[in-house]
Amino acid sequence: MSTQAHPSITTTRAMDTLPKLLHHHAHTRPSHPAMREKDYGIWQTWSWKQVYDEVLLLAGGLAALGFRRGHTLAIVGDNRPQLYWSMVAAQVLGGTPVPVYQDSVASEMQFVLEHAEAHFAVVEDQEQVDKLLEVIDRCPSLGTILYEDPRGLRDYQQPFLHSLDALREKGREFIACHPTFLEQELQQGKGSDIGVMLYTSGTTGKPKGVMLSFDNVLITARNNVEMEGLTADEEVLAYLPMAWVGDHLFSMAQAYVCGFTVSCPESGETLLTDLRELGPTYFFAPPRIYENILTTVMIRMEDASRAKQWMFKAALELARKVGVRILDGEAVSAVERLKYWLGALLVYGPLKNVLGFSRIRLAYTAGEAIGPEIFSFYRALGINIKQIYGSTEASVFICVQPNGQVFSDTVGLPAPGVEIRIAESGEVMFRSPGVFHAYFKQPDKTAEEKTADGWVHTGDAGLFDERGHLKIIDRAKDLGRLTNGGMFPPKYLENKLKFFPFIKEAVAFGDQRDHACAFVNIDLEAVGNWAERRGLPYSGFQDLAARDEVYELIRDCVNQVNADLARDPLLSSCQIHRFLLLHKQLDADDGELTRTRKVRRRFIAERYAEQIEALYDRSRPSVHVSTEVTFEDGRKGKVEADLRLADAEVTAAATAPLRKAG
Amino acid sequence: MSAPPLSSTASAAAPSGKRPIGDVILSVQNISLRFGGVRALTNISFDVRQHEVLAIIGPNGAGKSSMLNVINGFYHPQEGKVFHKGKERLKMKPHDAARAGIARTFQNIALFKGMSALDNIMTGRNTMMKSSLLDQMLYWGRAQKEEIAHREFCERIIDFLEIEAIRKTPVGRLPYGLQKRVELGRALAAQPEILLLDEPMAGMNVEEKEDMCRFILDVNDEFGTTMVLIEHDMGVVMDISDRVVVLDYGRKLADGTPHEVRSNPDVIAAYLGGH
Repeated sequence: MSTQAHPSITTTRAMDTLPKLLHHHAHTRPSHPAMREKDYGIWQTWSWKQVYDEVLLLAGGLAALGFRRGHTLAIVGDNRPQLYWSMVAAQVLGGTPVPVYQDSVASEMQFVLEHAEAHFAVVEDQEQVDKLLEVIDRCPSLGTILYEDPRGLRDYQQPFLHSLDALREKGREFIACHPTFLEQELQQGKGSDIGVMLYTSGTTGKPKGVMLSFDNVLITARNNVEMEGLTADEEVLAYLPMAWVGDHLFSMAQAYVCGFTVSCPESGETLLTDLRELGPTYFFAPPRIYENILTTVMIRMEDASRAKQWMFKAALELARKVGVRILDGEAVSAVERLKYWLGALLVYGPLKNVLGFSRIRLAYTAGEAIGPEIFSFYRALGINIKQIYGSTEASVFICVQPNGQVFSDTVGLPAPGVEIRIAESGEVMFRSPGVFHAYFKQPDKTAEEKTADGWVHTGDAGLFDERGHLKIIDRAKDLGRLTNGGMFPPKYLENKLKFFPFIKEAVAFGDQRDHACAFVNIDLEAVGNWAERRGLPYSGFQDLAARDEVYELIRDCVNQVNADLARDPLLSSCQIHRFLLLHKQLDADDGELTRTRKVRRRFIAERYAEQIEALYDRSRPSVHVSTEVTFEDGRKGKVEADLRLADAEVTAAATAPLRKAG
Repeated sequence: MSAPPLSSTASAAAPSGKRPIGDVILSVQNISLRFGGVRALTNISFDVRQHEVLAIIGPNGAGKSSMLNVINGFYHPQEGKVFHKGKERLKMKPHDAARAGIARTFQNIALFKGMSALDNIMTGRNTMMKSSLLDQMLYWGRAQKEEIAHREFCERIIDFLEIEAIRKTPVGRLPYGLQKRVELGRALAAQPEILLLDEPMAGMNVEEKEDMCRFILDVNDEFGTTMVLIEHDMGVVMDISDRVVVLDYGRKLADGTPHEVRSNPDVIAAYLGGH
């Protein structure tokens, strides 16, 4: 297979939209694999020409059913080739695809579909169809629903419900009657057209529809491709939600710019198997996935024989000393290189193979801070994991860590084409060709976010360190102050807690208070495993989180965080004085987290106000909690428990604080 | 062409779409079964209609599993007759019953623990494998084509039961609930007309039971398979069965719709307990 080192990076008028890029690949490299899907246990492949033909069929079908320039097409489902092709089909006709988070409940979906004025919806299966049918009378524009998987839909009688197979038949007929229409429509597209609309997950308030033009997305994609040297030979696994801007850039924009292959896994549960079978070369995962993988590896190593455990530990120690330097291209002695090579043969190679990471040339992570141990673990194995910083409004890339300058506590240098400045308030602002066009139907919110000369507020507080790298401290509006005047960055504290494998999620409180307190969600798998090794029985999450032994375990973690905080004069007064273990996991379905699993601070503060007050009331040893929970199908239930309030050890500060802690 | 108008009376709920229950497909008449002095079944008669879900309930030791074993051909009753599709069935071995379209699952799971889930399900295709042993060993020609066809069918079952993630896992390492699902898959691989399920939900938690119920209903709905199941969970029985047969000490106490059986005083006294 011929390798194109860089595709032509110029934004020529000829290829300034995704459909035009598709047309280009279909005609210049028609038989190269474009997309794969594992179905019924076998990887099925489609070439660029085949993808182009399929997209035209779908576009023909949509046109036959009345889809017009300016219409919006909602997409709901897991990563499936047909859904990606439907997006491009809409773009061919001059419409805008709006992918929606597939695990949204019906009311969340209704909000997006109504706001976006979606005329058509392409969904994966019966589950999504049912959700739409539930809310369709509150989506006045929605006239047609198309589904991919017919299972369970045999007896549905609605006349506006069609299968994608039926749509393709209509498309065939349409193309027969109008053989040049689609190609003409395709050529009418231009870079300034809105290529996609992505609704932000909304940590506060309702989601906003970010309108991104083809220029936004493709210029940003090309800049990054150039910086990282991505080629047409990359293999990418598309497993992150299609509604998330990252998937749009990695699995669509960059794939179409470079012409590399994107593969869709069989199902959510087979992800790790599929990852291993595919061996992607270019990979993105949020920090928690890297964390989960590491935890799984460590748990499995505890089951291994003594000899293997020794080998693993020795190899990892060597890797930590030598591996990172090799990866960063620094000087390493011949003896060390030999040892590392031996380690690769015996440990790192097989380990990476089992994880599916053997061929990774570039692994990005972003979205939250990543624990330094996790970061160094992967880099020590020779996996080039780097942090990036971005947002939907930026078409992803704001900062990227260049090769050779990868640190666990920064997010990197400004990406190619991006300008950054720090406002007086400490807020990070940026300007780039990827800056979004506007928020759909919300010009006032757009004006709030984007200044007249194109600078965008990120809402994050940050600073540049001595290396010129950007460090993000916290959300600007979450940055609080303790009553003694000390800075209170809740996210910073939560991240330090979450770096422990036993802690899955944490929420810190302390703004306008004397000291900090925290809610903690234990990691069921890690703590469960820990409990099993000690012969502690438990019947589930709630039971495990109530055990005294687990409280001690977590108290230990909190104490370590406090000791760490005590060393930094800016942060020593933020030590966590009391904490509780929540009886249920914080969940996006209950509104406590966003769909991208970020903590919704204000909502949690309101819902758990009583428990927060109890934490600050030293006289109380425990507090009752009764919460309403929402199941996946939208039904509601109640969960109740008594939560113990535990004290943590607070270390005396390195310098005398303004007021004595505790 | 504009999109079709949205009818405000378009039903938002999914239609039930269940197949109408057909004629009697299996009939047991005056079955009596003894093991030495122990009377397992005494004079049991009932019908099973095509496409229905029939539940057999009763206290432990009532003879429910024995009844399934009679239908299946494991046990031969001393008295009584079994009619399958109108024809009387004489002393039949279990493999004849399988060939005739009757498949079953077992209370204590009878999978091959060392084989993967996929291989276990493939064994369910046994009655349909036509190539000779030699052909299969050499894996050529017709044997290869057959194997691929069988594999495709089994993959569809795996897709239906949502067990893709464990298709290669040795069954002995799977949790109990998943083993039961694999066993259901193996029974389905035989493309049965009648499926006998012996306590399919034993030992499961609420979530697993709901999943299993859904699969049972889906099988009944999508493939039209007649289901005869033994079950203790009354909630499940009342929810999913079309008719219920109640056994106690080898005798039939009642036979009717779940509602009729629930309010039958004999059944309440013997099994359900008073309100």
